[in-house]
Amino acid sequence: MKKLTALLLAAVLLCSVFLTGCGSKSKTLTLNVYNWGEYISDGSDDSFDTVREFEKWYEAEYGQKIHVNYDTYASNEDMFAKLSSGAVSFDVVIPSDYMIARMRENDMLLPLNFDNIPNYRYIDESFRGLYYDPENVYTVPYTYGVVGVIYNAEVVDEADAQGWDLLWNEKYRGDILQFNNSRDAFATAQYKLGLDVNDTAHASWESALAELKKQAPLVKSYVMDEIYNMMESGEAAIGAYYAGDYFTMLDAQADGVELKFYYPDPTNYFVDAMCIPSCCQNQELAEIFINYMLSEEPAIANAEYIYYASPNALVYENEDYIDEMGEEAMEILYPGIDDFGALYNQYAYRSLDEQTLDYVNSLWESLKIN
Amino acid sequence: MNRASKIYTALIMIFLFAPIAILLVFSFNQSKSLSVFSGFSLYWYRELFRDAETLKAVRNTLLLAVSASVIATLMGTAAAVGIHRLRSRVLRSAMDTVTNIPMINPDIITGISLMLMFVFVGRLFGAATSLNFGTMLIAHITFCLPYVILQVLPKLQQMDKSPPEAAMDLGCTPLRAFFKAELPEIMPGVVTGLIMAFTLSLDDFVISYFTSGNGFQTLPIRIYNMTKKTVTPKMYALATIIFFVILALLLISNLSDPEAAETTRKARKKRKAAKTKA
Repeated sequence: MKKLTALLLAAVLLCSVFLTGCGSKSKTLTLNVYNWGEYISDGSDDSFDTVREFEKWYEAEYGQKIHVNYDTYASNEDMFAKLSSGAVSFDVVIPSDYMIARMRENDMLLPLNFDNIPNYRYIDESFRGLYYDPENVYTVPYTYGVVGVIYNAEVVDEADAQGWDLLWNEKYRGDILQFNNSRDAFATAQYKLGLDVNDTAHASWESALAELKKQAPLVKSYVMDEIYNMMESGEAAIGAYYAGDYFTMLDAQADGVELKFYYPDPTNYFVDAMCIPSCCQNQELAEIFINYMLSEEPAIANAEYIYYASPNALVYENEDYIDEMGEEAMEILYPGIDDFGALYNQYAYRSLDEQTLDYVNSLWESLKIN
Repeated sequence: MNRASKIYTALIMIFLFAPIAILLVFSFNQSKSLSVFSGFSLYWYRELFRDAETLKAVRNTLLLAVSASVIATLMGTAAAVGIHRLRSRVLRSAMDTVTNIPMINPDIITGISLMLMFVFVGRLFGAATSLNFGTMLIAHITFCLPYVILQVLPKLQQMDKSPPEAAMDLGCTPLRAFFKAELPEIMPGVVTGLIMAFTLSLDDFVISYFTSGNGFQTLPIRIYNMTKKTVTPKMYALATIIFFVILALLLISNLSDPEAAETTRKARKKRKAAKTKA
């Protein structure tokens, strides 16, 4: 009797392991989307619920029920680790540029069939042939952004608000914020000195380090997301961040704080693009989803929700969108860069090789210790 | 208590509860800011209940925590009874060590090794995705189990052996004797184990992170993933609600635990007696 019960229990345990191993195979179509958190219009604040609307639209169009599994990740590296573990399969992912390059090198992306993505024609010409996808085979750009300098006009003289020099200005000792991650912090110094941010030569990084050490006594603190609160409350007066995030701060600025924004030259650019990873289960469906994301209503809703610039002509030429954003936002988000592609290819971050990364991190440590 | 120790206690309380208080206050803020309180409003609570993805994550988390803690409690209680009845001392200490391993093991190792096992078994059967609700449930049961055993085993060791023996003498089957005479004795341990398993499962991040699959995200993972843009004040509202639910659970379990109630009553009586004497 005892042995029988034990055997039975063991059998149940084993079965449960194997059953879960087999996974669930359902009859309604499933699309697995993997995106950054808070990076899609999700129906909050009476906005457009992109995922649910896509499900409805698909059923009306193709007469078949579909379920979208929408999952989120916190960083490119997290996404990469999860995909390369082989434990999950996603049909659409939206990584940043340098990660796309790395995934392509690792054969983790499938070439797209653009017959299923006719809306690709609305993507601005200057977003084609970027370094991470020179042949336009794997990616459809989703958003882009440019790093600018945010400052409190109540503290900073307008005359000083130019270029990267503002972050090194003695006058504002103790009011300056610097990035708390090596790549972004070094880049501010490299742009200031006119160095290449993707250089692998040690000398270039060392001179950037010397510049950062010069800046260190002026810096209030090294921050990432804390920048929002410090700028909004007027605790700090100068910091560099992405243009879209400036508007988030502007919305929440305290009385007696007047945040303003400008672009230094040169500066950093990023592009996040939709692509299909090689573990995709239903490529055509994934392409239909990408095409849907480019169509007018979802594209505008997403651009308004995320507050980053869109490379989609249906968005940036739409009257309602322009009205909704306001003149100032349009000017800042879309600075009218003529040769975006060329600037981007020159100044955007590329994936550094491991040795250089280690070296940069060791320099960064030495800065932070002092 | 002299003044210095009063100040010390107050300081400790401030350090412990100031973050929660700030979160609580700013969850009622009108604007998005964490630095400026621009007015009382329930706006973020309304937003929270409109956010379908977050509510789904809450549902997932609760579903997982309830099922994992119930299963872990059943298995853990049975295991504790089994370990308690082992005659060989060597075998018993061996079982003790084995059950302690998942508890001492860093979460990250448990998480990665479980994920590897699931992927391996999944590959064996040619499945494209090997992680799902089932794998997460197994993972959560795995790390909850030792805590339940650890709560129940001491109760078994403390309890008087004679009532179950007497019950069997009087004709109870061993099973019936267990339910009638043994289980009520160890119940406080079982309940504590259940609550511990529930809270552990509720806020586990590391193991869940490695074993979660497509379409099943728990709350901790969802909040972590919001960091590309800022975490919205909706989450302050959610955290406030969770805090009060946990607080209520804690109060209920403390008040309903007769032993604890008895000790507080005794302590109160003693204090009163001391006061009247003085």
